[in-house]
Amino acid sequence: MLRKRNLLWLVALAIALFVPTFITNPAYRQIAVITLIFTACATSWNMFSGYSGYVALGSAAFYGTGAYTMALVAVHMHIPAGGDMFWLVPVGGLAAMLVAVPVGLIALRVRRHTFVVITIAIFFVFQLAAINFNFTGGTGGLTLPYIPWLIQNYHIPFYYVALAMLVFAIGLSAAVRRSRFGLQLLAIRDDEDRALGLGVKVFPVKLTGFAMSAFTIGMGGALYAMMQGQIYPQFVFDPIFDISIALMAFFGGFGTLLGPILGGLVLESSQQYLTVTYSNGSLYLILFGVLFLLVVLFMPQGIVVYIRDAWTKRQDRLASSSENPVTQGGHS
Amino acid sequence: MTVLLNAQGISRAFGGVQALNLCSLNVDKGSITGLIGPNGSGKTTLFNVMTGYVKPDAGSVSFDGHDITGARPNKVFAMGIGRTFQLTRIFARISVLENMLVATQREESWLRGLTRSMSNKSEHDAAMEWLDFVGIARLAKLPAGSLSYGQRKLLELAYVLVADPDVILLDEPAGGVNLTLINVISEKIRSLNKDGKTFLIVEHNMEFVMNLCDSVTVMHQGSDLVTGTPAEVRSDPRVLDAYLGGGDDEEEIEEVAHG
Repeated sequence: MLRKRNLLWLVALAIALFVPTFITNPAYRQIAVITLIFTACATSWNMFSGYSGYVALGSAAFYGTGAYTMALVAVHMHIPAGGDMFWLVPVGGLAAMLVAVPVGLIALRVRRHTFVVITIAIFFVFQLAAINFNFTGGTGGLTLPYIPWLIQNYHIPFYYVALAMLVFAIGLSAAVRRSRFGLQLLAIRDDEDRALGLGVKVFPVKLTGFAMSAFTIGMGGALYAMMQGQIYPQFVFDPIFDISIALMAFFGGFGTLLGPILGGLVLESSQQYLTVTYSNGSLYLILFGVLFLLVVLFMPQGIVVYIRDAWTKRQDRLASSSENPVTQGGHS
Repeated sequence: MTVLLNAQGISRAFGGVQALNLCSLNVDKGSITGLIGPNGSGKTTLFNVMTGYVKPDAGSVSFDGHDITGARPNKVFAMGIGRTFQLTRIFARISVLENMLVATQREESWLRGLTRSMSNKSEHDAAMEWLDFVGIARLAKLPAGSLSYGQRKLLELAYVLVADPDVILLDEPAGGVNLTLINVISEKIRSLNKDGKTFLIVEHNMEFVMNLCDSVTVMHQGSDLVTGTPAEVRSDPRVLDAYLGGGDDEEEIEEVAHG
């Protein structure tokens, strides 16, 4: 069973590796890269918010921090335009992680709805700072060193770096889920005070999880900035980002490993596709609205949990009917 | 007998309500101590003060000679004081076994949790052993949220035990539980006590308390009113007054209690 599951992961990875050979249109390749970035961010977001139940709606603060770190370091340190800039992606992640520590120290003191509101408020502080400070270039944003790669194959290196980032995020999320640390996060989600009373040092655990999840989100912002070559405060510190990655996780299955991957791949790619194809920025919003209504109505815990439950029920039914062919109906 | 857990002169007010008023309590090592009293007499607040969930306005708590007044709940637990809650509190969306594993780590640094798996073999075995002890080992893989109320009580007892505390505070272990299960719980407590565990039990079920406890403290209006053996407490007129709310004698009771 477990081996079969590992095989499925390998098949998925193999397919992902060949996507740039199938998709040759640069516009679609860009969609693929952005989809991978968002999926990695959603996976990483879910690694903290999904496991601990602390729904953070200010993660764009870390995405933007990563993006601005990439731009500022590349410009001021005179990093040669090109592949060398990829080294700044983890630097952007580290910067986001550093920023997450004081943010977490403030926000993680409160719970549930108050936490959600505080994270949104902190996010807007970041956006306003980016708009108003001089070193961030104000509303005009920042221009990164121009990378002189041919447009035909411009997105291929970004694609593989984004894919590596997604693999990293999934691996980390899976490792956390299996670790003692992950168990502590789940215990905090179910009953924080009880966990405290069983010896879990809840505050350090929450803060560590929060900062770890900011790392990949910061890397996502940095990679995005590098690919676009130009960043604006309203696009990297974007409230839609906050909501998108949370919705991806809820759509696929909040707190599950597969959920945000599925949600990210489906939602972000279709959003980008619809935007590019119909050049109508709000068409996807209408479709998403309908889709979410359906998911909330029929699969409130997300698609992954819905399928898993249906599968378990089927297995149970098969098992009990083969054991007890005489019994009719019986207990459920 | 030596005193293992001691609360001395604890006071605590919530707004205008004086939940605890100079309350003192001794739990002897190796004893089963009962804590009874009418609703609102401050039993659970005293539990919360002793386990670090509520900070006292005045007074001190000591455990095995160490002052633990105002220590955080995780610290208190790590020192060897386990507790259950009146309304059972389990982790509903993780499995019964995982519930047990949350509690197996009291001496560990929090960073260690990042680099190790959920449990090692000895922790897993200990968890299963305690689940078996309370009789719900066959439910180990189920989500804890699917357990019945009585099973949750047993799970809560089991995961407090898995950390091997020296003293266990039980808040209404027999509340809302059927008679058969009450007997099971009572028997488990007795057998654990024989192995050296100390218990402090809050309970409204008088029969349960009187059969089980070596010493009983009665609380009334935030203070300890009477302490003695079950037989002494049962025959004390002040206790009857406290439970029946002896009208105009109330001031008199106060005087007797503190005089």
